[in-house]
Amino acid sequence: MQTTTTVIASLLGLSWSASLLAADDFITLASTTSTENSGLFSAIIPVFTEQTGIEVRVVAVGTGQAFEIARRGDADTLLVHDTAGEEQFIAAGYASERLDVMYNDFVIVGPNDDPAGITASERVADALARIAENTSPFASRGDDSGTNRTEQRLWEDAGVAPQGKWYRELGSGMGPTLNTAAGMNAYTFTDRATWVAFQNPQDLALLFEGDDALFNQYGSLLLSEEHYPHLKHDLAAQWHQWLVSEAGQQAIADFTVNDQQLFFPNAE
Amino acid sequence: MPSGDNPFYTALTLILGMDQGLFSVVLLSLKVSLFAVIIASLLALPLGAALALWRFPGRNALIVLLNALMGLPPVVAGLCVYLLLSRAGPLGQFGLLFTPTAMVIAQVILVFPIIAALTRQQVEALHGEYAEQLSSLGLSQLRMMPTLLWDARFGLLTVILAGFGRASAEVGAVMIVGGNIDGVTRVMTTSIVLETNKGNLALALGLGIVLLTLVTLINALAHWVSETAKRRLG
Repeated sequence: MQTTTTVIASLLGLSWSASLLAADDFITLASTTSTENSGLFSAIIPVFTEQTGIEVRVVAVGTGQAFEIARRGDADTLLVHDTAGEEQFIAAGYASERLDVMYNDFVIVGPNDDPAGITASERVADALARIAENTSPFASRGDDSGTNRTEQRLWEDAGVAPQGKWYRELGSGMGPTLNTAAGMNAYTFTDRATWVAFQNPQDLALLFEGDDALFNQYGSLLLSEEHYPHLKHDLAAQWHQWLVSEAGQQAIADFTVNDQQLFFPNAE
Repeated sequence: MPSGDNPFYTALTLILGMDQGLFSVVLLSLKVSLFAVIIASLLALPLGAALALWRFPGRNALIVLLNALMGLPPVVAGLCVYLLLSRAGPLGQFGLLFTPTAMVIAQVILVFPIIAALTRQQVEALHGEYAEQLSSLGLSQLRMMPTLLWDARFGLLTVILAGFGRASAEVGAVMIVGGNIDGVTRVMTTSIVLETNKGNLALALGLGIVLLTLVTLINALAHWVSETAKRRLG
């Protein structure tokens, strides 16, 4: 019994406090899985930390959940991709300022042999209509994320109400949805960054890209000082400004996966 | 971190080439789960024994409740702790959300019912065996409690290990209350989810093998300690 106690005590003694004593100069950033899973943050945050001494702790969730975390006062700043939702968030008084940071685009991936023939489409509306007409399996995020909201808008634009056995709402993040789509050999709608960094594509291939409607804008939000007096507004503002500064924009442009740039800085 | 196609090879390279990042993830997993099990044990062992020895109104309801809570989904426990610790929640001013402390709290809630319910069952069985002797000595229930807990210690070690297994295996609760923040709240199970989401299945499974190896070592240690103790007692 004493041996056990000693073993446990020495294990716990191994710097439990280290994580608690970590520098107080950190902010919590609520962001999306696409930015985290693609590796963008591991590439740009160290640059920011080196320049300012501020650590950035990323909680990567769907855009819907990121808004909820910020609304409850649990994050110091937000980096998400749902411009309409972001503007509503400001209108509701939760955030004080929004800046365009970068963009990339959405793409449609699907079975390599493309049973619905969407590679022949010129517009995304037509591509979606072909998938629906052919009732080819389509895996949707179904999780109220930024990507899911965009996908829903595009179905509306295509004049299709996606329903039936072929349309599968997964209620999952982008990665799990790609895993599932690969498993059932289904079409799915994804942001390009997650797709390029994804390592389990199996028979999936990129089939449709390039329509203006697939534009995917990322914005940084500063939260309201009035609403959330306890947040680290000064540090968050430094991060927010750095993202749109020359150094930040350069760091974003420098990030590549397989020699491919995934995010394109477009701050004004 | 390496990425190959063979998870066993990946696991081996992970273990042999243990880098700072993986080491801190493994260490945090151990610390969070061990802390949770120790705190839960300190609370649940006396409660379980008390439930075995005392008769009071509502006792059966409490036993049923504890048994049912053994099946509490981790994600529900995580959600409750999240709502408690969130800035907008009742304990928000302590700023504990997205810290290892929050993860310990969530795991205590998951482990506590398992240890309490199984302790109750073990102590009750032992009490049934010794009831006559103990009462002929004129011991009160309060005095019986430490005696019976001590007598049941080898069985209770297995109970505590079951609690540790629950804590080290769950991902739903620590994901919500910890946030899977790199270098701060990322543990083995949340790393496995992250790598799966990235489609890096071999690395995910490799991490799973590392976790399983670790849990096996801890169980072997516990087994060895208890066998040694038994032998000394003759």
